Amino acid sequence: MAAPVDVKFLKSHEWARKDRDDVVFGVSEFAIEQLNHEIVYLELPSVGQQVKAGETFGVIEAVKAASDLYAPLSGKIIAVNDVAVNDPMVVAQDPFAEGWLVKIAPSAAGEWDALLSSEEYTKLIESGEAH
Amino acid sequence: MNKNIQISPLFDDDNPRVQPRVDTATIFEKSVPGRRGFSLAAESPDTDEAVKTAIPSQALRANAPALPEVSEFSVVRHFTHLSMRTLGVDTVFYPLGSCTMKYNPKINEDVASLPGFVQTHPEQPESTIQGILQAYHDLAHALGELTGLPGVSLQPAAGAHGEFTALLVLKAYFEQRGESHRNKVIIPDTAHGTNPASAIRCGLEPVEMKSDSRGRVSLEALKEKLGPDTACVMITNPNTLGLFEDRIGEVAKIIHGAGALLYMDGANFNAILGRVRPGDFGADLMHINLHKTFSVPHGGGGPGSGPICVRDFLAPFLPSPHVVHEDGQYSLKTDLPHSIGKVRAFLGNVNNVIRSYAYVTQLGGDGLRQVGDHAVLNANYLLALLAGRYDIPFGRRCMHEFVINASKQKSQGVKATDIAKKLLDYGFHPPTTYFPLIVPEALMIEPTETENREMLDLFAAAMIEIARLAATDATEVTAAPQTTPVSRMDELAAARQPVVAWPD
Amino acid sequence: MTNPYIQTTPVQLKEMLEKVGVDSIDALFAEQVPAEFEFEGPFNLPPAMSESQLMNWTSRLAARNTSTQQAVSFLGGGIYDHFIPSAVGALANRSEFVTAYTPYQPEASQGTLQAFFEFQTMATRLFAMDVSNASLYDGASALGEALFMALQVRPERRLVLLPSTLHPDYAALAHTYMKHFEIELVTIPAGEDGRLDLEALAARAGEAAAVVLQTPNYLGIIEQAHEISRITHEADALLVAVCDPISLGLLAPPGEYDADIAVAEGQGLGLRQWLGGESLGLFLCRKDFVRRMPGRLVGLAKDREGRRGFVLTLQTREQHIRRDRATSNICTNHAHNALRATIFMALMGPEGLRQMARACVRNTQKLRNAIDSHKPEAIAFEGPVFKEFVVRTAGPASAVRDALLEEGFLAGIPLQRLGPQFENMLLVCATDQRTDEEITAFAKALRPHL
Repeated sequence: MAAPVDVKFLKSHEWARKDRDDVVFGVSEFAIEQLNHEIVYLELPSVGQQVKAGETFGVIEAVKAASDLYAPLSGKIIAVNDVAVNDPMVVAQDPFAEGWLVKIAPSAAGEWDALLSSEEYTKLIESGEAH
Repeated sequence: MNKNIQISPLFDDDNPRVQPRVDTATIFEKSVPGRRGFSLAAESPDTDEAVKTAIPSQALRANAPALPEVSEFSVVRHFTHLSMRTLGVDTVFYPLGSCTMKYNPKINEDVASLPGFVQTHPEQPESTIQGILQAYHDLAHALGELTGLPGVSLQPAAGAHGEFTALLVLKAYFEQRGESHRNKVIIPDTAHGTNPASAIRCGLEPVEMKSDSRGRVSLEALKEKLGPDTACVMITNPNTLGLFEDRIGEVAKIIHGAGALLYMDGANFNAILGRVRPGDFGADLMHINLHKTFSVPHGGGGPGSGPICVRDFLAPFLPSPHVVHEDGQYSLKTDLPHSIGKVRAFLGNVNNVIRSYAYVTQLGGDGLRQVGDHAVLNANYLLALLAGRYDIPFGRRCMHEFVINASKQKSQGVKATDIAKKLLDYGFHPPTTYFPLIVPEALMIEPTETENREMLDLFAAAMIEIARLAATDATEVTAAPQTTPVSRMDELAAARQPVVAWPD
Repeated sequence: MTNPYIQTTPVQLKEMLEKVGVDSIDALFAEQVPAEFEFEGPFNLPPAMSESQLMNWTSRLAARNTSTQQAVSFLGGGIYDHFIPSAVGALANRSEFVTAYTPYQPEASQGTLQAFFEFQTMATRLFAMDVSNASLYDGASALGEALFMALQVRPERRLVLLPSTLHPDYAALAHTYMKHFEIELVTIPAGEDGRLDLEALAARAGEAAAVVLQTPNYLGIIEQAHEISRITHEADALLVAVCDPISLGLLAPPGEYDADIAVAEGQGLGLRQWLGGESLGLFLCRKDFVRRMPGRLVGLAKDREGRRGFVLTLQTREQHIRRDRATSNICTNHAHNALRATIFMALMGPEGLRQMARACVRNTQKLRNAIDSHKPEAIAFEGPVFKEFVVRTAGPASAVRDALLEEGFLAGIPLQRLGPQFENMLLVCATDQRTDEEITAFAKALRPHL
C-alpha cells in the first residue's frame, strides 16, 4: 500500500509529520488493518503533557485488540484531535489526515532523522516482517 | 426455538393480531406495576415502629429500586426461555480448547444439595462442621497425591485467582530467604493471558519467552531470559498447543539451577491426570481448575475453584486458615506466621470443593487415571480424522487437544471465526478460536474423555464438510450461523457505544 | 471400567487406536512423556465407589454437620440465612445454564448473556450506581479490585483508609492484595457508639486515594454515609462503599450518597450459606471508570438482521486480550451465582426486598429490646443497627457460644479476633427468617450469660 511521502514512521506503525515548527502524530493504514478497521476507543494524553520518543503516549483499541501508541519524537503535547477521540472511526477511515492523533512541540533535535522514511517503512511492511 | 402462537396482549376485537412469537423481551419490559412474585409472611404490626426507632431517617433510601414487578410464573417462563437460548455441555458437543468441557456427573449435584453441606455457616463452631471439613481436607489430600505437591490450599476462587495466590506464596518465600530482588516471571508466548495479568497483580514483572519451532519451551530462550532476578517460570504442561513439554526435566533443572522456581499452570491437567505428577517433573507449585479437570460445571462462566498445590517448603506460606486433622478432629488453623493471609473471605468455593470431592471419591485412583488416558485418545483420534483436511502445524500427535491453522481456508475467504459459526449450524459448539496467539487463524480443539466415538465422527464430518465448502462455496460458510436465535452480532457498534444496563 | 463416564467400548478402543496408528494408549503417552515422569502408582487414595455408595457416604458426612436447619442460627458476619424462593433453584439448576461455558460465542449464548445483562441492570438499580460488571468472586476480593481501581484513578496518592469496623476478612484481604505495591493502609477507629470516627477520618482523608466505608459495618451499625462521603470528596479522595444488598431494600444505596465505587457480597440475594462458599462479588462504579473495570461486561447489540441481542463488550480491558495490561487478572467469574441473584431480584421486586429488609430490622429490634430491657449494659454499642448487633457477655463470648449450642442455638460470632477488648462480645444477627418464638427463646437463653 502507498504511504504518504511527507511523513516518517516508527516500526510500531506510528507516523510523524512536520507542521512548521510542530509535529503531528498518527497511526499508519497498516496498523488500522491489523486492528481489523474497527477502532472503538482512543486514550490520548492531555495538552501540556510531555511525551518521550519511543515511549507510550496512549492506547488505540479495536473490538478485540488493543495497541499501545509509541511517540515518534519527544516533546510537549499542544493539541489533541478531539474529533477522533469522540469518533475513533475517523482514524480508521482516514489515518493520514483527518484521523491524526496529537500535535507536539518537539523538544529534542536529531530524533526526526532516526525515523523510517516512507519508502523504508513501505519496504518493511512488504517484507512481511512487521506485525 | 419457541414458536408458540400468542394473541397480542392488547386484544382488539376487530383486529385480533396473531403472529408467531419468540419471547425476547427483557424482564424489565414484562414488569407491571403492583404485580408480585413473592410470598412473604404478613408484616408484624410492630414493624413500622421498629423501623422508625431503629433507622435514622437520613439513612433511609430516598427512591425505591426500579426492580421488575413480575409474577413467579412469568419469572419461570422468562428464565426457562433464556435457558432454551443457551447451549451447555448437556445440550451439545463443546470442544473448547483449554476449557475441558467434560460431562458433569449428576450425582455431584445431588451430593452438593445435601442440607448438611448447604446449610452451614462459616462461623459455626468447628465441632458442628466436622463432616464438611473432612471432605475439604480429604480433597486437599487427594490433589496433593495427584500432583505430587503435598501443600494444598482450596481457598482460591478460580484459576487466575490460584495463579495470583501461588505467586504471592512464591514472593513470600523469596522474601523470607532475603531474595526479594527476584521480581521477574518468565512466561512462554503460548501462555494463557491470565499468567502475565496475575504476575502484574503481585507486583511481578512478566517477561515473554518465544517457543521453539516444535511449539515447546526453547532451552536457549529460557537460558537467555533466566537471571538472578527471575522468580519463576510459568509453564503450562501440556501447553496450549496440546504438546507435552518433553524436555521438562531439563527445563526444570535449568530453572532450579538459576535459583528460580517452576510454576505449573494446571489448566491442562486433564491430559495427564493419573499418569504424570507435576511434582515428579520438577514443578514447585501449580494451580488446578476444579471446573475443568475435576468435573465442576462451568455455570455460564463460573464459579469455578482454583486450588493451589505446592512443595512442602512452600506450604507455610499458603493462605489462612489451613484445615488440619489432629487427634481425630478437623479444625481451622489461623496461627500461621508465614501465611500470605487471605485471598477471599472464608474458605473458598466450598460448593465446588464438595462436587470435586464427590468426583474424586467416586472414581478412585484407577478411574482418575482413565481420565488422562481417554482425553488423549479422543484428541488423537479426532486429530487423525482431520489430518490432511486441515493444516495442523505441530505434529501428527497431541495430548488432550490440538490446534488447527485455518490460514488456507482464510485465503479461500473463510476465517477461523466463520468455521466456528458454521459449526453452530451443524449443531456443535465451536472450538476456541484465535488462541494460542502464535498460530494464525487458530482453532483449538479439546474433545475431553467423556465424548463417545460416534460424536467425534460426526464432528469430524462437519469439519470436513466446512473445509470442502471453503474451497467451493465460501459464502455458504461466511453466512453462518443461520439456525441460531440471532445471527452475527455487531460487536463494533456495541463496543463503541456500550449499553450495559437496560435504560430506565 | 472403573470410570463410568468414559463411553469408549473395547471394540471402539481398538478401532480408534488403529486409526491413530498406535497399538495402545500407553504407546501414545510414551511418544511424548519421558518414561521417568510416568507415574506407576498406586495413589494413596481410597478405593472407587459406586454412585449409590458415594451417596451413602457423603450423606453420612453431611449428617456429621449441624446445619442451620437443625440449630437455630443467629449467625451473620457477612453470610446470612435469608429467605430463598423455590423458583430460584428450580430455574438456575436448568442444565443449559449449569453446563454452559462463558458466553464468548454470542449466537449460542443469548440466554446467559441476557440474564447477565439483566443482572447488571438490577444491580445498578439496587445500588443506584451507573454501571455494574457481570460479577466477581466475592465481596472481599471485590474490595481488593476496587482498591486497585481507586489507586489507578488517583495515582498521585498512595494511602487507603480502612475503618476499624471493616469485616476482618476484608481487611486481611486488602492487606494481602496491596502488600507488594508500597500502598499504606491506615485504620480509622470507630467512636464509642460503634460508628466511624469522622474527625479521625477528616484528619487523614486529604492524603488518601480511597476511603473505604462499610455500612452496616461489621458490628452491624449503620454508618453516617452521607457525612463520610462529604468528608471524603472534600478531600478529593474516592469513596469505596461496601454494603449489604438486602439492606438496600430500605437503606440509602451507595449512589444516593455519591459513592465512586461500590462492592458487596451478594450471598443474601438468593444464594445458600454453603460455609461461606456460594458467594457473589458485586462491583459497581461511576460510568467514567468503566474502561478501568475488572471482569466481564455484557452489552446490548444488534445482529445482521437488526434483531436485538447481547454480547460481551469492552473486552480489551480483559486478560485474554490485554494480558499484562489488563485491568485485572480475573477470567472465570461467579456467573451462575449472579444468575441466582438475578432470579431472586426478579421475584422479590422492590416491594419484596423492602419487606425483607423491614423484617430484618423488626426481628433485630425485637431481640435487641429483649436484651436491653433485661440488661441495658449488654448492648455494647448505641449506634443504629440493621440486622446485627453486638452483645456484651459476662464471660468470654466463645464460652457463651459453646453453652448455647447445647441448647440448640448457633448463637453468634465471638469477636475476640478483633482484639482483646472484644473477648466478651458476641455479634448476633436476626434475619427475616427468625420467628418470634425463636427470638424469644434465644433472648431467654442468653440471659444467664449477660
